[in-house]
Amino acid sequence: MKHTISVLVENHAGVLSRISGLFSRRGFNIDSLAVGVTDDPAVSRITIIVDGNEYTVEQVEKQLNKLIDVIKVKCLESDELLARELVLIKVSAPADRRAEIMTIAEITGASIIDISMTTITLQIADTNAHIHRLEEIIRPYGIIEEVRTGTIAIQKGAESITLKK
Amino acid sequence: MIKACEAMVKCLEAENVKVVFGYPGAAICPFYDKLLDSGIRHILVRHEANGGHAANGYARITGRPAVCIATSGPGALNLLTAIATAYADSIPLICITGQVNSDQIGRDVFQEADITGAAEPFVKHSYLVKNADELPKIFKEAFYIAGTGRPGPVLIDVPMDIQNTLIDFEYPESVEIRSYKPTGKGNYAQIKRVMKALNEAKRPLICVGGGVFASNAQTEIKELSDIMQIPAITTMMGISAFSTDNPLFFGMLGMHGVKSANIAVKDCDVLFLIGARVGDRAVRTPLSVEESTTIIHIDIDPAEIGKNMNADLPLVGDAKLVLRQILDLAKPLEHKEWIEYLNSLKSEPVYEKTKDGTINPRKFISDLSDAMSDNTTVVADVGQNQIWTATSYKIRNGRFLTSGGMGTMGYAIPAAIGAKLADSGRPVVAICGDGSFQMSLMELATAVQHGVKLKIIVMTNRYLGMVREVQQNVYHNRYTAVSLDGSPDFITIASAYGIDSMRVTNEEEAKKAIEILSSSDESFFVECIVDEHTATI
Ligand SMILES: Cc1ncc(C[n+]2csc(CCOP(=O)(O)OP(=O)(O)O)c2C)c(N)n1
Repeated sequence: MKHTISVLVENHAGVLSRISGLFSRRGFNIDSLAVGVTDDPAVSRITIIVDGNEYTVEQVEKQLNKLIDVIKVKCLESDELLARELVLIKVSAPADRRAEIMTIAEITGASIIDISMTTITLQIADTNAHIHRLEEIIRPYGIIEEVRTGTIAIQKGAESITLKK
Repeated sequence: MIKACEAMVKCLEAENVKVVFGYPGAAICPFYDKLLDSGIRHILVRHEANGGHAANGYARITGRPAVCIATSGPGALNLLTAIATAYADSIPLICITGQVNSDQIGRDVFQEADITGAAEPFVKHSYLVKNADELPKIFKEAFYIAGTGRPGPVLIDVPMDIQNTLIDFEYPESVEIRSYKPTGKGNYAQIKRVMKALNEAKRPLICVGGGVFASNAQTEIKELSDIMQIPAITTMMGISAFSTDNPLFFGMLGMHGVKSANIAVKDCDVLFLIGARVGDRAVRTPLSVEESTTIIHIDIDPAEIGKNMNADLPLVGDAKLVLRQILDLAKPLEHKEWIEYLNSLKSEPVYEKTKDGTINPRKFISDLSDAMSDNTTVVADVGQNQIWTATSYKIRNGRFLTSGGMGTMGYAIPAAIGAKLADSGRPVVAICGDGSFQMSLMELATAVQHGVKLKIIVMTNRYLGMVREVQQNVYHNRYTAVSLDGSPDFITIASAYGIDSMRVTNEEEAKKAIEILSSSDESFFVECIVDEHTATI
């Protein structure tokens, strides 16, 4: 099962290697890991998607909490979170196919951020399921290259994971 | 303004450090130069790993973080095994390493090793100092992190140019780490549930682990066991938390443990784990405990609860504080039948006669424990000698030290040096095998140089005994790479270091050796000749 874990860490050198080291060392499987600073530049937020059973997730949470630079760990339930991923897809687009691809982009909410004589580059920020759908539709045209940021997530409603009281 | 290297020494002074263990090299020379001007005693070991083990023994006896030092590159790398050994047993160390100049880091210059990277899996925390001004804060934090919560080693890697930078020195009075707040007391509602379980138990059992020493909760455990009449057993790391004289004590559990303890675990209805992670050597599978057994688990590290064994009643907190809370609610109980049953499982050890020219190591260790003073610290190395010591040395008011989690051969001699320096009033006995002794016999020089009086016993069976035994039993007597032929004459070795010694090959000599070991204040070395067929248990 996939679990989404949000981690607030001190923005110190070496934090990321400590966290990724912990995962490989303890045999936890990461699907994705996304990191960036928060509104407080001293604090970074990491979103980790872990594959595993409940025992694994509990251990991940506890072991993460043991790292001195980790300030807060929270495992988000799938029904209480909003998850998004940013994807860039470079697709093969000779002149006679451009219009079709543009229509697909419009329908799926992807934007066109670059174009060349033979390619179009799409950008989409959405849920995993939606991205997957776009991929499937676009695949027959020939995906040349795809880059993903990894999923980031935030809680729905007024609940929040911050250091503020 | 003072140089950062002088500030480092002042930090140690501010932490009331009296003794440090180390081995110098160019990259840590600025610090060593300033150490010369302080009252801190430096013990020069003969290998950095042994500096770490000596600090380990020192920390376990003083109950405070102990300091070991190494230079960059090979020095720091040699320290690595000792860091991992301390980590596995939750021993607080401050490991200070020199590093190449900061502008050279990452260029693979002479004696550069990424030691914070290499040590990451084995440290509680580490610092690569990039800003000299932060040194005082880093030292303050390091001591705090190493010694509180679940203790462990903290590494401070200091580039040479940083050591030579001028800084304003002020040692912080307090520490505030927002991301590190170890728990103290236990949750009250949970304590009431634990009390209920203990009150209703018909066959309760306390299992004590090494965490109890970190929390200094030996008195509280004894009190609880007394008042509620709960029998107790220990893991290997918990040995000496409970006096072997106590009628409610039933020995060490595990694959090398005693029958009474292992059956007690199987038959109890409430198992109260205190500061024990119950590793795979203690309880091979969770199935060794009945489904219906209620497991209560106190640990300061939430990650240990439920990691190896599912706890019905987890209690996160400092064992001493939590047990105080429990004792406030404890009322006298009796479990006569259960205790009688466990007593019926206890058996007097039988010591088989051994072939001519050899002695029974378990009898020797047991007799030795009868003769030594009650407060003796016993340090066991790794292998058969370790198990013989763990199960045969009767510890009343002393301490038992060993490398339990990592099982690092060569631990005993350096750890014994540290233990003796921590409390010179207590006799310290190190018990080794002939293999493990040869991993750190160079430290005899350290003991001699610094006037550290040790009792050293080597159980010579001419083999890496424990591995030989595995090859005998599992690999059908196919012996490979376990013969120690070529070993030197240990008596000559001892005398080369100027240490009095004797070889024990029979009962009479054993008596004489024990007589000297227990009466003299001087160092003494005993080699016991043991038949290689003598089993571990
Ligand atoms: C550093 C290290 N290397 C290897 C081992 C594996 N090992 C465990 S016990 C043992 C044999 C120990 O032999 P010895 O010290 O002679 O003690 P004995 O078992 O004969 O009492 C070995 C090699 C270890 N525990 N530590």
